[in-house]
Amino acid sequence: MEATYIVPFIKSVQNVFGTMLQTQVEVGNPELKKAGSPAYDISGIIGMSGDVEGSVVLSFPTAVAERVVSLFTGTDMDHAHDDFADAVGELVNMISGGAKAQFKGKSVSISCPSVVIGNDHVVFNRKDVVSIHIPCTSEVGDFAVEVSVRQTTAPAGAGQSAAAAVKA
Amino acid sequence: MKILLVDDSKTMRNIQKGILTQLGYTEVQEACDGLDALSKVGAFTPDLLLVDWNMPNMDGLTFVKQFRAKGSKAPIIMVTTEAEKSRVVEAIKAGVNNYVVKPFTPDGLGERIKETLARVAAA
Repeated sequence: MEATYIVPFIKSVQNVFGTMLQTQVEVGNPELKKAGSPAYDISGIIGMSGDVEGSVVLSFPTAVAERVVSLFTGTDMDHAHDDFADAVGELVNMISGGAKAQFKGKSVSISCPSVVIGNDHVVFNRKDVVSIHIPCTSEVGDFAVEVSVRQTTAPAGAGQSAAAAVKA
Repeated sequence: MKILLVDDSKTMRNIQKGILTQLGYTEVQEACDGLDALSKVGAFTPDLLLVDWNMPNMDGLTFVKQFRAKGSKAPIIMVTTEAEKSRVVEAIKAGVNNYVVKPFTPDGLGERIKETLARVAAA
């Protein structure tokens, strides 16, 4: 996968956390994700379609997700709260939207987010698209963004790609 | 001042509602998508609408077009992750008065609301 499609996600996650949570995010070296390797406990997933297609996963250990959501909403919230998944979904929505705006000359649509809660669940991305794991560190804990996208020649906006399958 | 918040994320509606309250706007109703918003605008008759773009059932752009087709002139601010210039132009053509890209700061959203209401008052 080209760096053209990784750097926008790094900038976007830093922008979203900096603006909405007043939290700085340090990004480690992006690395290839092995198929079937576990994500953390809580993942927000967005599908991309159009000139670039694939999926984006924002994944946290439970305790980190709870701290992040509490900062984001201004309310102490654990993962069993009715609005917890909504908040995680909105975070991955903003990160994906901010990243796709940096894909110059590309028309890309994003899906409504899905959220998975379950210890060490596995997100299976499309086998024909490489997945890149972007490790993130912040004062509220470590988390990751996983980007699995590719450029396509298919017409833009032709429905959402199957974002990913999840195994708990 | 009656304000309608249209966003499928309850979290985002709560954040925007908090900012509006701090600005002194307390008469606020919420809708979770474009269809829900269309069902509420008749009775609520909002003076300002904050509308997300990507929502299930009916997206924000479709809502704006249908709202304007009814002859409604209330100002609309699109509050969305859709940041590309082409999307902003599309929204303005559909009848949006102002545009805020998520993520936003409370001050940023507040300024855009004041700016929009001032423009409408001056027109």
